[in-house]
Amino acid sequence: MSRTAAEIASTERGPRELPPLGVQPPAAGLEHVDTVLPNGLRVLAVASRGVPLVELRLRIPFAKRGAGTGDPAYAARAEVLAGTILTGTSHRDRIAMDTDLALVGGELDAVVDPEKLLIEGSCLAGGLDKLLEVLADALTSASYVPSEVDNERARLVERLSVAWSQPSIIARAALQRHRYADHPYALEVPQASDVTTVTGEEVRAMHAESVLPRGSSLVLVGDFDPAEVTGRLADALGGWTGEQTAQEMPPLPELTGGDIALVHREGAVQSQIRLSAQGIARTDERYAALQLANMIYGGYFSSRLVENIREDKGYTYGASSRLEFTPAGCSVLVGADTASEVTAAALLETRYELARLAIVEPSEAETESVRQYAIGSLLTARSAQAGLASQLAALVAVGLGVEWLSGHQARLEAVTREQIAETAAEFFAPARFTGVVVGDAALLSAKLRVLGGVVIP
Amino acid sequence: MISPDIHRFTCSNGLRVLLAPDSGLGLVAVSVHYDVGFRSEPEGRTGFAHLFEHLMFQGSESLEKLAHFRHVQGSGGSFNGSTHPDYTDYFEVLPSAALERALFLEADRMRAPRITEENLRNQVDVVKEEIRLNVLNRPYGGFPWITLPPVLYQTFPNAHNGYGDFSELESATVEDCASFFDTYYAPSNAVLTIAGEFEVDTAIALVEKHFGDVPARPRPVRPDFGEPAPESQRTGNVVDAHAPLPALAVGYRLPDPVSDLDGYLASHVLGAVLTEGDASRLQQRMVHTEPLVVEVNARCGLMGAPLDSRDPDTFVFTAIHTDEVASEKVLAVVDEELERLAETGPDETELARVSARWAAALHGNHDRLVSRALDYGATELLHGSAELVAELPERIGAVTANQVAEAAAAKRTTARAVQTVTPGGQQ
Repeated sequence: MSRTAAEIASTERGPRELPPLGVQPPAAGLEHVDTVLPNGLRVLAVASRGVPLVELRLRIPFAKRGAGTGDPAYAARAEVLAGTILTGTSHRDRIAMDTDLALVGGELDAVVDPEKLLIEGSCLAGGLDKLLEVLADALTSASYVPSEVDNERARLVERLSVAWSQPSIIARAALQRHRYADHPYALEVPQASDVTTVTGEEVRAMHAESVLPRGSSLVLVGDFDPAEVTGRLADALGGWTGEQTAQEMPPLPELTGGDIALVHREGAVQSQIRLSAQGIARTDERYAALQLANMIYGGYFSSRLVENIREDKGYTYGASSRLEFTPAGCSVLVGADTASEVTAAALLETRYELARLAIVEPSEAETESVRQYAIGSLLTARSAQAGLASQLAALVAVGLGVEWLSGHQARLEAVTREQIAETAAEFFAPARFTGVVVGDAALLSAKLRVLGGVVIP
Repeated sequence: MISPDIHRFTCSNGLRVLLAPDSGLGLVAVSVHYDVGFRSEPEGRTGFAHLFEHLMFQGSESLEKLAHFRHVQGSGGSFNGSTHPDYTDYFEVLPSAALERALFLEADRMRAPRITEENLRNQVDVVKEEIRLNVLNRPYGGFPWITLPPVLYQTFPNAHNGYGDFSELESATVEDCASFFDTYYAPSNAVLTIAGEFEVDTAIALVEKHFGDVPARPRPVRPDFGEPAPESQRTGNVVDAHAPLPALAVGYRLPDPVSDLDGYLASHVLGAVLTEGDASRLQQRMVHTEPLVVEVNARCGLMGAPLDSRDPDTFVFTAIHTDEVASEKVLAVVDEELERLAETGPDETELARVSARWAAALHGNHDRLVSRALDYGATELLHGSAELVAELPERIGAVTANQVAEAAAAKRTTARAVQTVTPGGQQ
């Protein structure tokens, strides 16, 4: 009784014309205050009044002082610190902290990576003073009582065992080792065995030495008056002091191209392909061109890589390429997860598309599509408080701010197709890439050997 | 947002339309919710509703394969779709200048999708990769949304795997797709939502222009998926080759979210009192004081969000624990805490905590325009009233200690499913 697929696919009137775009109103400016408090903390407060909430991002540079190579014990200590900094102070125990936050619809969460300790929070706008009070309490008097540290350490050991069973974590760690060897930047997820020896005293000492306002930055986005909120912030965090400056990560070595390493994972039914090459900083005049070139390659769904290995060949559910920001610049990071039997073929296509982007100039249609997508994404990203806060926190971390964000649409509009082609030729040449493939070596080795450029274990 | 400015009308072909204009900061979101999800897929075709969702992106009369993606993204927008037990949604968020284009794209595939053998085979491969990524190649894949229903439920619609078996996905035919489309993708079986920056009169005219001539087809009769609750505890076990630690899921039936919303919300508050935040009862006891588990969660809904389906819906408790702790011990503590709450209910502070966090979470979700549009559309579809979204904070706030006690008492050991995960050794 139902129609056939062919009957469904056509109407009497036939195909219709795509409607043109209407007129886009210009984006309004961001009302903000960008200042440095007497304790050295940089503060950026931006009004965004869609909902009665506030989003907070506090970034504390958290690299080990004087370290040229990654120190697993330091990374493990930092992980325990992040897990316990919000679990009790001289004024509040864990339950009182959570209750005070909950009553203003608030959350605070601390995460650490090799570069930074990041405290993220949010609350109903009317409860901001309470959120800041709890935050200040943790920054100035986190107590790290033995029971909390011991419990957190035990839980962390278990959570790490779960993390290390995730293929994405395994692949990421393999890529970091392959790209950056023993640089501290490469040590992202500690091993359970390094965590078991961390003591409360060590964590307290680490807090005193490294949880510092000078060199750190705090971004607030929400339903408030930026000037007024900056005053409240200065009062709330005035007691957080320290002479030293929080420690930034030393520069990364320049990434050079090379063979891909095959990393064995027993019983894997899918492989992770991860390739990477050196990029440039957001302040480089070629940055907007690199951003658009990356989109054409694999930076959005309508990219060459996704259309090839997903929509044409069905090798993967998601393939992507993105610019990953590093301490002084960025790297291009390409990823796809594919079934074992098509992994070699997917790697072949991934490399082919790199070479094609470096050699074949993008079309006018490709150029305009990524330009509109990048501009639209800017608009979407700034429309919601949480996204805007995270985006600004990343900019503030490298000394930029609202001005960079507000000026970026004009930079995207100005990029020419020739500039994209030049940038692509320089940055997407296959020989500049290195990387890893994680999967079942018994199933992958033969074809990857034929393909070449892969080191088989 | 607390009192959304919602306009609604129905096209002559039966398409229900919701308009929620507000300061969208130069953005507009468009969504279409079809009243069919994986509970409606036929036996022998598990995963079909989701596979069909993929095919709706593969071209239509006016749009070649890949054109949908290119037009949305090339207009500065993003898109996606998702398949739920009772509905399937399609959506895009774009600069407001692209509103008409978005309506054109949705109307074209509602009118005349182009389903071909080649695209079907391609998307079967893509969906299989999606399942490998999210289920087969990772620890706790599909836990508990795929693993728990076959223990708690006995009828095919409620019990089966909505992602699908590979062999059944592979056996899907173009004829299956045509029949599924004709039956379920009628305009009268859908809700179109537009939210963000636009003029209401302009939007009405554009909807009529693009959707007005989508031919009317009968609205399918919605089956009743109700089935009796278990009369004794049911148990099941799965071996997970990638999991390093044992895990446990417990499923209970919930009050009907549509006909007994307040009863359902009492269970939401119960879940939050038990596991939301460090001061919640189970986090305190099971994670921090004793400690028995690595993580613990109790909530309404198998897909991670409450109020996402019609009856029957599931209250889910999950925990990951170490080998040294027996699952019986974890269960015993859950039962003790449920009993304690059933006797005395939560105190005022506990209720106030849950209520404030719900309000903040709702605002946070609605700050994203696309989430706001999807919430309106799904709530209109499931509850017949998008405005209900704005009433929920007040209704959560009005849940009493007694109601939570009743919700706890209803989580009976004799009417539940207990499903354990055993680590399979491989990692």
